Amino acid sequence: MYKLGATIIKDLRILLRDKIGLTLMFGMPILLVLVITKIQNSTFELVNKNKVVLLLANRDTGKISLEMIQAIDKIGMFKLTEVSKNTNDEQLTNRMHAKDAMLALILPQDFSAKITAKAKNVTAKAMNSFGLEGGDTLNRKAGNTDPIILYYHPILQDAFRRSVQGALHSALQMVESKQVLQQLYFSINEKPLPVSMENELLNNQSPINEVPVSRDGNRTVPNASQHNVPAWTIFAMFFVVLSLGSGIVREKLSGSFTRLKTLPTNYLVALLSKQITYLSVTMIQATLIFAIGVWLFPYMNLPALNLPEDLLGLFIVSFFCGWCAVSYAICVGVFAETQEQANGFGAVSIVILAALGGLMVPAFAMPDSFQTIIKLSPLHWCLEAYYGLFLEGGKLSDVWMNIIPLIVIAVLIQLVTVWGLKRKKLI
Amino acid sequence: MNSLAVDIKNLCFTYPGQSAMLFSDLNLTVGAGERFGLFGPNGAGKTTLMNLMTGLLSFEQGSIRLSGNEIKKKDKSINKLFGFIPQDLSFYQELTPVENLAFFGAWSGLNSREIKQRTDELLDVLGLADVRNKPVEKFSGGMKRRINLAIGVIHQPKILFLDEPTVGVDVQTRYAIINYLKELNKKGTTLIYTSHQLSEAEDLCNTIALIDEGKIIVHNDLNTLLAEHGQNGLEGLFLNFTGKKYRNADV
Repeated sequence: MYKLGATIIKDLRILLRDKIGLTLMFGMPILLVLVITKIQNSTFELVNKNKVVLLLANRDTGKISLEMIQAIDKIGMFKLTEVSKNTNDEQLTNRMHAKDAMLALILPQDFSAKITAKAKNVTAKAMNSFGLEGGDTLNRKAGNTDPIILYYHPILQDAFRRSVQGALHSALQMVESKQVLQQLYFSINEKPLPVSMENELLNNQSPINEVPVSRDGNRTVPNASQHNVPAWTIFAMFFVVLSLGSGIVREKLSGSFTRLKTLPTNYLVALLSKQITYLSVTMIQATLIFAIGVWLFPYMNLPALNLPEDLLGLFIVSFFCGWCAVSYAICVGVFAETQEQANGFGAVSIVILAALGGLMVPAFAMPDSFQTIIKLSPLHWCLEAYYGLFLEGGKLSDVWMNIIPLIVIAVLIQLVTVWGLKRKKLI
Repeated sequence: MNSLAVDIKNLCFTYPGQSAMLFSDLNLTVGAGERFGLFGPNGAGKTTLMNLMTGLLSFEQGSIRLSGNEIKKKDKSINKLFGFIPQDLSFYQELTPVENLAFFGAWSGLNSREIKQRTDELLDVLGLADVRNKPVEKFSGGMKRRINLAIGVIHQPKILFLDEPTVGVDVQTRYAIINYLKELNKKGTTLIYTSHQLSEAEDLCNTIALIDEGKIIVHNDLNTLLAEHGQNGLEGLFLNFTGKKYRNADV
């Protein structure tokens, strides 16, 4: 025990004097969490609060196009900037190249007339099917309207583009339905549809209540902090590979390791010391990042991180995440021949494992062929366990099934490390 | 008490991946309390033999005993018997002399009281007491060599292996180190020394062996050898046995 204690003190002293290593292990992850959460939060706000600029060229002269514009405005997603109807396509796209707007919409000439014609055609068909006199339905051309053109900047992500398209379709649907309803009412009653009835029929949609599934009955909608802070804390923990992995290589290559091998102490004591020291580091990292999420984020206009109720569960999940991260870093350090190898392989492999683990793209969104591979990434199990606590309001008993694979992976990594040490005659 | 500090019998050793055997049936003994020097041209096998004696390399055939204890056994307690001063600076540059000695002392099997006592003694005798709490990375080459030595002797080993302990140091430091080694020897520590500094070796060693191409070509009391071969110094004796041709180590 005395040897282990002396080794831990030695490791702590070296660690505390390594300013670059400390910056990599604490400064960089904190910066990463801040930056990613800020970006993700602004993406949430872009969709939910902020309005995206939409250039609108209305080449129609009728009133239905004005209703269409009102319907688009009512969605609340866009900041409409109307441009002259004489603005041509090139002028519109030039403004988009200049980043004046990410989206531009052109309502075609005769938009109102064609929507009206389409509504009349649909009404006539309906009246005929009811066995009533509905007029001529043979005007096939009247059933087709010219397309609305939506220009979008290529930097817009596919998911956002689809949500824009969905919103515009819903506005168009509303306008077309109103026309059909008015025509149908007029055909039957030979008088215009009363406004009160129009509102009742068209604007009286059943509400959709969004309820996040949670184990503790808490219905708080998870925010960007709840998603990002746990994910990037795991990333930070695994990034100890840069300091620990290269530290082991540095020790192996230095004369001190030669001397250590001639002393009456097994090198496993050194590795055990590194595990204890760096496990403490990962726990401090997690505590620090969570504390920043809870107390500092609100001062930065970011949603505060809500810690899970089961703090013991949070400690245990963090402990095993940290242990797995440290085991991985030691394994890299034992097998790498140079510091460049340890740093290069360590960093790239963590990014790959993070991607596979669902830190960058949610695991459920990955292709079927990846669903087995992601289970090999320890970061996946760490993330699942954290999400179980942070997003689902679970307790330790709810996330045990994520901790067990993590322990299995850590033990396997330790066995591989011992095999590597024996193969290299280091123990 | 065993009268032999080192007893090597029929040692065979081949580097992994090489077909030629470096040592074949090598035999060598060093008496307890000797100041033994092992010399030879580059690539002769000095460092390899030193590494085999300290357990840094393992061998398949033959035996190496240190004070009667077989080193081939995977028993780390044998390592308490000896200290090793490698040619490279073998400590943590980020730490102070006190911190380095505390760590290596613990790994050498000392308790905190023993470490403190030995640290004070060693830093005092090696002229490092004033800088005991300063990081070693700021030290001069000579000061670092003295730390290297202090760490190797903190547990008062019976046998001390020294691989070029004074390389790159000034005259004063060399003088201090050699004198300290002689003092250690007077207290009973057997010195196993290798270096290319033959004048220094002549001052320190009383018994020498010359090794070339993996074979011990001569082994005797230094003064007897000089007299037998009509040489005034170790350099002449060395050239007499090993010739004047360049030597390149196997690459």
